[in-house]
Amino acid sequence: MSDQEPLLQVNHLHVTFKTHGGQVSAVRGVDFTVNRGETLAIVGESGCGKSVTSLSVMGLLPASGKITQGSIMFDHQELTRLTKKQMRRIRGVDLSMIFQDPMTSLNPTLSIGTQMTEGLVHQNKVPRSEARKRAVDMLKLVGIPNPEERMKEFPYQFSGGMRQRIVIAMALICQPKLIIADEPTTALDVTIQAQILELFSRIQRETGVAMIMITHDLGIVAKIADRIAVMYAGEIVETGNKRDIFYHPRHPYTKALLDSIVRIDLPSDELHPIEGAPPDLFSPPVGCAFSDRCPFAMEVCDHVQPLTTQLDLHHRAACWLLDKRAQAVRETVEK
Amino acid sequence: MTDNAFLEVSHLKKYFDLGHDRILKAVDDVSLNVRKGKTLGIVGESGCGKTTFGRTVLGIYEKSGGKVVFDGKDTDDMSEKEHFQLKKRMQMIFQDPYASLNPRSTVLDLIAEPMDIHHLFKHGRDRRTRVGELLQEVGLSVDFLNRYPHEFSGGQRQRIGIARALALRPEFVIADEPISALDVSVQAQVVQLLKQLQKEKGLTMMFIAHDLSMVKYISDDVAVMYLGHLVEQTSSRVLYDRPLHPYTQALLSAIPIPDPDVEEKRKRIILSGDLPSPINPPDGCVFRTRCPFAMAICTSEKPSLKEVAEGHYVACHLHPGAKSGDAARMKQVLSK
Repeated sequence: MSDQEPLLQVNHLHVTFKTHGGQVSAVRGVDFTVNRGETLAIVGESGCGKSVTSLSVMGLLPASGKITQGSIMFDHQELTRLTKKQMRRIRGVDLSMIFQDPMTSLNPTLSIGTQMTEGLVHQNKVPRSEARKRAVDMLKLVGIPNPEERMKEFPYQFSGGMRQRIVIAMALICQPKLIIADEPTTALDVTIQAQILELFSRIQRETGVAMIMITHDLGIVAKIADRIAVMYAGEIVETGNKRDIFYHPRHPYTKALLDSIVRIDLPSDELHPIEGAPPDLFSPPVGCAFSDRCPFAMEVCDHVQPLTTQLDLHHRAACWLLDKRAQAVRETVEK
Repeated sequence: MTDNAFLEVSHLKKYFDLGHDRILKAVDDVSLNVRKGKTLGIVGESGCGKTTFGRTVLGIYEKSGGKVVFDGKDTDDMSEKEHFQLKKRMQMIFQDPYASLNPRSTVLDLIAEPMDIHHLFKHGRDRRTRVGELLQEVGLSVDFLNRYPHEFSGGQRQRIGIARALALRPEFVIADEPISALDVSVQAQVVQLLKQLQKEKGLTMMFIAHDLSMVKYISDDVAVMYLGHLVEQTSSRVLYDRPLHPYTQALLSAIPIPDPDVEEKRKRIILSGDLPSPINPPDGCVFRTRCPFAMAICTSEKPSLKEVAEGHYVACHLHPGAKSGDAARMKQVLSK
């Protein structure tokens, strides 16, 4: 997995938004990579910048948002330097995205068949009959019964779970190298979510597509991720393999996040919420963004941003406790 | 289960007439009790009727049939005045803290509104003091009195909603998905607050949610609904340990567990298909179209809710009360 060049490499990405209230630094220096065929889960609470990060990769930031620094290398191309037209050629062909709400990502006035083949016919210049055949195959792959018939139907004629399957089929139809799925099951019920997650695993086995899964649900992460990036206030505070993050979390935010969830398989008499709220990104904190909620915060945390410590090949965290000079404190904390 | 029941609901029905002879049976023949000072969780997927059930119990919707007995008194036998008084004793916390607070009212007016309706204050000073107390109870600062909802985060707004619901010192509170619009870490804060308030004030509570893990933490008993029907009810501990109804089993197994090793080894029951339409529900057992264990009897006969162990109620032909030999055989298969 690590011997080859990564498919996507994001370095020092900064994104700011202009609003009436001033500038918001939504993403503040994010680094991550996605290798071919693997699933990276980006987790964090709303407003932590996980969706903005993915929109930047897709080149779909709204007009008020701007990439102010950093690079996005995808499949040997620097995406931040591409024109709109060049970007459009990559998007939908090598890169596709699945959004949270399947109803708003489908056009209610067009039949499923028209929507599915549109991109192939206009962008890839595939003949219409061939495009229809591929659409039928894709619908079969995602488990829509009698696809030939259902191609003629409109989005309102499908249930929420079926619509999300159609959106997934659309994302797959150009055989992309990378799919970004932004909370793809949040709008669905749990039994339907289980079906869709199963579908993602199967598709990945069969097509080898790489995936970025954006979610706040650590259960989903445990099920489908290979690697995990934990975001907080516009930064990645910890990243590592799935087992590193779940069993050896090193950043206090990751630990607190794992602690705050209730598990249905274990007796739970106590809850451990994270007190307080994330900082205001209109005026981001000078030091560590988590310091005012962190039970282990030291003097330095309020004033200086922590550097990223490489813990092993894949595991990194940005916390002053991991600094060499904080060893004594760390030992007391870990006791 | 009938001893010290604070709320007894029997055969409650809520049908919506959609016109053209179509009737939506949102709640169909649901009977359950809530014990005094305890929390009953109601779970199920969207469209199962859990919200309609809560609203019908409170009288926000007029019921189509059945009985609601509140603290020993049948709501049908109450006069209009008694009804008005009753509303003081039962309150509701709503799902969306963005939609349930009037954006043009200050926090003071929002929280005081229920008390104004019942004319509880002669002096503005008392009103202010009481609202200040309520704010502190839900963990907000008294300085917020003159602020407007848009100045608050989701979690803070939900705290305002809770303060408003507690303003009349109710004995019974229905919380309808109070945390589903909030972030994970904030959810835990709000649920902890609810549980603490419930203990302090001895509230009886109904907690409606689709998130089964939070329900597990907050509830003493849990009722599972599917397509307008109650399919299983028992104590929270038993339900999560030994669910009996195939739907409950599937629902619990569908929830991904945040532990990679556990998740890898888990056997998951994946239900096929979607929820049938409540306008035209299947005959017999409503779950049979998606049930992995459906038998012939499930089509012909609707299973009734039966007590299979003390305090454990299940509506399924697989569990005692069912006569056919199929059931016994299926149970053997299941236990393997």
